[in-house]
Amino acid sequence: MSRSDLTLKFVSRAMAIISAAIVLLILGFLVRESEPALRELGLARFFTDASWHPLSGKFNFTPMIAATLLTSLGAIMIATPLGIASAVFAHFYAPPLLVNWHRRLIELLAGIPSVVFGLWGLVVLAPLVARMGGSGQNLLTATIVLGLMVLPTVALLSDAAIASVPREWIQGAAALGLQRWAIVVKVVLPGARRGIGSGVMLALTRALGETMAVLMLAGNIVEMPKSLLSPARTLNANIALELGYASASHRSVLFVSGLMLMLVVSVIVVGVSRRKGPSDAWR
Amino acid sequence: MKSIHALLVVSTLALSLTGCTGNSAKEGDSKDGGELTGKLTLTGSSTVAPLATEIAKRFEELHPGVRIDVQTGGSGKGIADARMGVVDIGMASRSLKPDEADLTAHQIAADGVGMIVHNSNMVKELTRDQVIAIYTDKINNWKEVGGEDREITVVHKAEGRATLEVFLTHFGMENPTIKADVIVGDNEHGVKTVAGAEGSIGYVSIGTAEADIGAGVPIRLLPLGGVEATSANVGSGEFPMSRPLNLVTKSAPSPLATEFIRFCQSSHVHDLVRSQYFVPVARETDVAK
Repeated sequence: MSRSDLTLKFVSRAMAIISAAIVLLILGFLVRESEPALRELGLARFFTDASWHPLSGKFNFTPMIAATLLTSLGAIMIATPLGIASAVFAHFYAPPLLVNWHRRLIELLAGIPSVVFGLWGLVVLAPLVARMGGSGQNLLTATIVLGLMVLPTVALLSDAAIASVPREWIQGAAALGLQRWAIVVKVVLPGARRGIGSGVMLALTRALGETMAVLMLAGNIVEMPKSLLSPARTLNANIALELGYASASHRSVLFVSGLMLMLVVSVIVVGVSRRKGPSDAWR
Repeated sequence: MKSIHALLVVSTLALSLTGCTGNSAKEGDSKDGGELTGKLTLTGSSTVAPLATEIAKRFEELHPGVRIDVQTGGSGKGIADARMGVVDIGMASRSLKPDEADLTAHQIAADGVGMIVHNSNMVKELTRDQVIAIYTDKINNWKEVGGEDREITVVHKAEGRATLEVFLTHFGMENPTIKADVIVGDNEHGVKTVAGAEGSIGYVSIGTAEADIGAGVPIRLLPLGGVEATSANVGSGEFPMSRPLNLVTKSAPSPLATEFIRFCQSSHVHDLVRSQYFVPVARETDVAK
């Protein structure tokens, strides 16, 4: 093995260990901080208690888990068609002059801070939704804004995935006389499936982790949502809303909600990656 | 004559300045003699922090050897940090609870909490019972309290917030009995929520509300018990729903912390207190006793 090969081997090994260790360290920290609450209350009470009133000793997480999943899945349902369509547009239908501008704009969308999204939602979108009744701060508003926030992730990764589909396939398909739509639907999208899939996956985890915008827009009532127009509180919003003001035992319970969120995310990540199988098949 | 006067003023100023840096210890503010040096850390209430930051800046100007670091995190954190000795001074926008009796609170200002509604709302005043009924979902339409036919959107604060505790204590309510439609974080979030939904009612710090009303945000403060919700009425003690802004220390704070707290309570900072839409407290308590 050459000298530079050895160096790279050790550097990459060290960096890989560090990145993996950080996840484990954070997980360990979460477990340590939430341990007092778990020991005192047991896991079951977080699902069977009457409501979430931590200062009165009631700790039901279920509505918040539901809200977290609903907003994130809703956001993905908005972002996926928009994102894939935008990537297809950029590759196959956009006039050459527009392509670069379109990409820059999508990248710009990715750079907008979440608190700005939240503020925009609060001042512009919420009053519009409020015309349907209530305050306008509900699942619908939060999901729409969350969808716009994760849209660039889907769009840019789909864009890259489509770009990496071999040109020969497209040319071959064209030579066979396929129409443009057929090339896109039958050749390009299946070929870019894995890349688009990981884009959606990344967007989903980003949506699950988003705190600020959801906190500003979801209404934050801890109740099982009855419709799209009911307010709801996500696990992250719960931590952000209450952590600064929480005393010892309340704090510990909030860390349990962080742990719960980690669990939800890891169940999804593991579930999806198992279904997809190992991706580094070249070795 | 005039120029001599000016000269006198300048020289006195210069003298008092050197006094502060400690060249002549008998002069100026440093009553405990000698130069004040060191570092103070404050954490706690996001309501008190901006005020404390401003006061700290002025204090640092007077005592160049002192560095003051102000961080936020909520009253709960301020109290916990002060108790654990992580920081020199905690900031809390409420009175101490009975189980926090090991700490000492030093009030530096007062803040009122006022009920706000959208500007287009016709209701001029709500009685105590009406507010309680609205917040417990017994009244759900503005027409029941003399307004137009519109559903009431109840805006409430997240558990643990100081304004929430002031509100609950004033109306004698328990948090689990409240049926809210929106739960908000800080005061600005509350103001924007009420401004965005015509049928809503909420409660925020009067200082914040007055500032936003001045900036043209379409909200209105409701009087409480016949008293208008204004900073002036909070200062005079007439307005019933108010809270103290406290600096919290363990029983024996350091000389530097003591000096800083004394400065915060002195009339030298009243202009800063007013500029943050709070109300200065008239009485000056003795700290190190």
